[in-house]
Amino acid sequence: MSETHAQTVTFVRDTMLPPVAPPVGERGAVKWLRENLFSTPLNIALTVLGVVAIWWLVSSSLPWWLNSVWNASSLGECRQIVAANAGEGATGACWAMIRERWHQFLFGFYPPSQWWRPILAFGLLFGALAPVLFAGQKRSLTVLLGAVLVFLLITLYLAGAPGVPFALAIALVLGMLALAQMQPGRLLWFTLIYPALCFWLLWGGSVWSPIVAMAGFGVLYAVFRLASPMIGLAPAAGVGIVVAVLWWLYAEGPVVSVVQGVLPFALQSINSDQFGGFLLAIVIGVTGIAFSLPIGILLALGRQSDMLIVKTLSVGFIEFIRGVPLITLLFTASLLLQYFLPPGTNFDIILRVIILVTFFAAAYLAEVIRGGLAALPRGQYEAADALGLDYWRAQRLIILPQALKVSIPAIVSTFIGLFKDTTLVAFVGLMDPLKGVTQIVRADINWKGIYWEPYIFVGVIFFVICFGMSRYSMYLERKLKTDHR
Amino acid sequence: MKKSVFFGALAATTLVSGMALAGTLDDVKARGELLCGSNTGLTGFGNPDASGNWSGFDVDLCRAVAAAVLGDPNKVKFIPTTGETRFTALQSGEVDMLARNSTWTASRDSELALDFVAVNYYDGQGFMVKKDLGVSSAKELDGATVCIQTGTTTELNLADFFKQNNITYQPVTVADDSEAQRQYLAGACDAYTTDASGLAASRATMPDADNHIILPEIISKEPLGPVVRHGDNNWGDVVRWTYYALLIAEEKGITKDNVEEVLASSTDEEVKRLLGASGDMGAKFGLDNAAFKNAIAAVGNYGEIFSRNIGEGTTINLARGLNALWTQGGLQYAPPFR
Amino acid sequence: MAMATDVPKDGFRLSMLIYDTRYRSYTIQLVVLVLFALAVAWLLNNTVQNLAARGKEFNYAFLWQRAGYDIGQQLIPYTNDSTHFRALLVGLINTLVVAFLGCIFATILGVVVGVLRLSNNWLVSRLMTIYVETFRNVPLLLWILLSYVILSEVTPLPRDFRVTDEMEAAGEAPNASMILFDTVAVTNRGTNIPSPLFERGLGTLDLGFMTLNLTFWAVVAVIAGSVFVNRRILASARAAQAATGLRPVTWWKSILVLFAPVIALLVAMGFHLEIPELKGFNFAGGILVAHSFTALLIALTLYTAAFIAEIVRAGIQAISRGQSEAAFALGLRPNRTMSLIILPQALRVIIPPLISQYLNLTKNTSLGIAVSYLDLRGTLGGITLNQTGRELECMLLMMLIYLTISLSISTVMNLYNKSVQLKAR
Repeated sequence: MSETHAQTVTFVRDTMLPPVAPPVGERGAVKWLRENLFSTPLNIALTVLGVVAIWWLVSSSLPWWLNSVWNASSLGECRQIVAANAGEGATGACWAMIRERWHQFLFGFYPPSQWWRPILAFGLLFGALAPVLFAGQKRSLTVLLGAVLVFLLITLYLAGAPGVPFALAIALVLGMLALAQMQPGRLLWFTLIYPALCFWLLWGGSVWSPIVAMAGFGVLYAVFRLASPMIGLAPAAGVGIVVAVLWWLYAEGPVVSVVQGVLPFALQSINSDQFGGFLLAIVIGVTGIAFSLPIGILLALGRQSDMLIVKTLSVGFIEFIRGVPLITLLFTASLLLQYFLPPGTNFDIILRVIILVTFFAAAYLAEVIRGGLAALPRGQYEAADALGLDYWRAQRLIILPQALKVSIPAIVSTFIGLFKDTTLVAFVGLMDPLKGVTQIVRADINWKGIYWEPYIFVGVIFFVICFGMSRYSMYLERKLKTDHR
Repeated sequence: MKKSVFFGALAATTLVSGMALAGTLDDVKARGELLCGSNTGLTGFGNPDASGNWSGFDVDLCRAVAAAVLGDPNKVKFIPTTGETRFTALQSGEVDMLARNSTWTASRDSELALDFVAVNYYDGQGFMVKKDLGVSSAKELDGATVCIQTGTTTELNLADFFKQNNITYQPVTVADDSEAQRQYLAGACDAYTTDASGLAASRATMPDADNHIILPEIISKEPLGPVVRHGDNNWGDVVRWTYYALLIAEEKGITKDNVEEVLASSTDEEVKRLLGASGDMGAKFGLDNAAFKNAIAAVGNYGEIFSRNIGEGTTINLARGLNALWTQGGLQYAPPFR
Repeated sequence: MAMATDVPKDGFRLSMLIYDTRYRSYTIQLVVLVLFALAVAWLLNNTVQNLAARGKEFNYAFLWQRAGYDIGQQLIPYTNDSTHFRALLVGLINTLVVAFLGCIFATILGVVVGVLRLSNNWLVSRLMTIYVETFRNVPLLLWILLSYVILSEVTPLPRDFRVTDEMEAAGEAPNASMILFDTVAVTNRGTNIPSPLFERGLGTLDLGFMTLNLTFWAVVAVIAGSVFVNRRILASARAAQAATGLRPVTWWKSILVLFAPVIALLVAMGFHLEIPELKGFNFAGGILVAHSFTALLIALTLYTAAFIAEIVRAGIQAISRGQSEAAFALGLRPNRTMSLIILPQALRVIIPPLISQYLNLTKNTSLGIAVSYLDLRGTLGGITLNQTGRELECMLLMMLIYLTISLSISTVMNLYNKSVQLKAR
């Protein structure tokens, strides 16, 4: 073919010229810069503004970071070291305070010998969440549980956990790993007993009190099963609840003391006033969300109900809680609850705060779950009705599993918001990390006058935790989206 | 399922502290622990250290009461209270006594159903300014911006002072001491006003303490003291006389170190009654006879507490001033122990 | 078949209250109502008993006692001789002002940032992402404190503005100077802006319970009238356009109607500005906008804007690409596409979550006390509560007020939401 060409049309080129590299403006870094930073006058202006902003931030704070002091016993000493190193008038960060007080920011006054307990509870929290977050996905389960194992191995060793609990904890996680390989569904049982375990680990005391308290649910279930054939489902549930409450109120104390007498097995008991810092923030945040989930579901269902009174009460509750600032609810916990409860009743301020925070979170969760319920196609409700399921069965088997799954990202966002809001407990005198602990540190004559360092330290930790959770919720959102379209 | 813990804890705590209004002394004894409302952290007067042990001038008073009632100065739990929550915490029985620099005023005594049992620190509201401001009297502060801490009597005193002297000011109401100090140092306010002891503590820790002066005017009386619930006179007496015991101890030269020695050797009848060597004064309060001896042995006498926490020699470096014993020209005066 | 659907005709049995779906909901509602009433009665009974035990009584008489404290920023006249109720009002107005301005600024900034996050400028979109993520994931309290600290540390002291005799002799300039033609002074206490003064003001009208500033209301009335007339002009222009296809030129009419009457009124009343002047410790004259207000406003704006930016971004991304492609096909430039095609549609997705952000911002103003801003929480829920010891009354009243504000905002916004939602056929 080429030969014929060569004979007939002599000017046709039979070899191509080597391609010329694109002009400088269209390749490499220059092209990238042009396209991404200087494409239009507006973009150029924005870029210049951005660079100026970054430059200003870096140049004004860099000396302060570079002159950081890590070893000193007081702010005055820090200032001397900075002056000696960088000359008179220089400023520098005094991280020596964090070095001395970091544990109060994390654990509050929790005794150092017992630090392994909150650490273990924190690690196991992920173990308990794993089956909920990754239902049935063996690989993700294994990865998360493996991470928990590594985390616990390192931190428990660093915290100097005694041998027996150390070994037990590791064995527990290993057992969960094994179970995840064989029957991942069974892991949910751990999620169910986790609250009692966590309570016992954190507050200590006799191991029997959480067990006996959990037994209340066994009593409830037993009464329900025994009574339901005789008097019907709803009354049986009512009787069961009454019996269980009686059990908690009157039987729990004596039973615990008897069993504890026979089989003494207890951890050192820690009062809530020892809780502080991030331990307190996480305890309030996690328990608030965990307790508020059932209440939130009930409120969301109540709001959708066609029973007027139930609906009105639900809407009233939700709108009231959402309409007032959290800080007024916290003041209610600390100032007003004692007016509302019988004279002489007086219980732990942390517990009171948790109750009010639970109400607060429940109202927000109710709205989140309502969103989830609204997102379900109408056909799901109709299908459930067509199958002849009654209201609760339809909710339990068809509606809620789907609605809750859709609302998980929003629930995580609510949790992030709640977690950040736990800093407000400082206004009722609790040791939150941001203001509470910072205040006691500053009250120490050695550190009086320190300002930025505690805020930066606490802010960074908050950022890491919240950012991690928000990334997770985004990942979840993407994952859930694909199987919904 | 997750509610079990909650109900369990609820039930337990309700039962444990359900009898808070029976009679505080009996409650404290039954509980084996004194609940003491403290500051959320005030330099020299009450703050926890790195290992969580509270120390300070007010804290030591609580320890003395715990030693007197329970025989052990460590059987006390400090509950941090804010300016807003303190009196409610006391009224509701959340704490047995308050020892957190609260000013004794008529309205608090009458309206709030509180009893101030003694004055452990005579304070007064003062002003701190920077030297280069060129001000030597608070009356020259016309038009100045003044930082005040909220939640105290100081904001009322300040308003009254400026009104009486017919001058104006711009108030900056600050939430806590550290924030006020930062604003003052940054020059966001010309003057910082709070109790003179607090000013001295702030000034002591400033990088350039010499550049700040505390103005001579003390514009208010701030008698600070321990507070108990109104109506529980027996408990009020216990707190009051524990405090007086510390004062008498200083008067009589009894210290933490020599208390056993004095007990063995003293011939002074009042000292013997105080330390429980004769009479049954302790029992009359519903306490052990050696109660006041225990208190002194635990924290030392008033002078020791003062010099250990806030006195000359500490960084805060407060002079005794009004808080010297009456024998040395001060106001601290204990009724006779008989 | 007809027999099967007929309602059974036997008489009413008690068990039907539980088993018959027709009656069950009544039973349940009755039980719930009784339980609720019992709970309320229990709470009330406890409260009455507790109040009695403490020798307190529940009344709001204290609101009419002398407050005795001073408030830094006050938009209505207040001295320490005023009542606690007056202090409450001052606080309430402070809350409302910061909430209102915060909502406006946060919306503007949020929309800008949300759009910029999708910008194709690499640096800008990264910077915006960093901004959004940092602000969303760190507690608001920290941002409020930080913005206050930065404002008060960066700005100059009032005395830096002073020109002493020596400096004048040496020809030195002071360390700081006023900006905007020497009318605004930014010190580390606040921003002193000129205040409007009137040589021939209309005075005030005393209504007994409150006084009206006639000058202010006259200006408001004239502006409102101008706006109304302007709308009529525009409406008639639209009508003319619809009828003839030609739009009459209106811009000069609009400008005349909008500005001439106000300017005439101001000149008639002898309007001039009072420029702040350094006197003693501080600037005197003019209006002081304290940094506590500015800082709270900035922090609330930045924090809420980060959330709004995410909402806006999600809203924009929810609009299908076909819409912007269609707009480009019509030859619209990117800016016009965004403002004419994308944002109006995205608004439907954006508004519902925006409402809760407004509510959050309003509630978050209660953190102002951290930077010395005396809002409702600082006056009624802070100093008044402290000085009177009436925590029950103060807290209940405060909750009621916040609840009212929140409900009003959500009502208004829901009405607006209804108006922009797609009308379903």
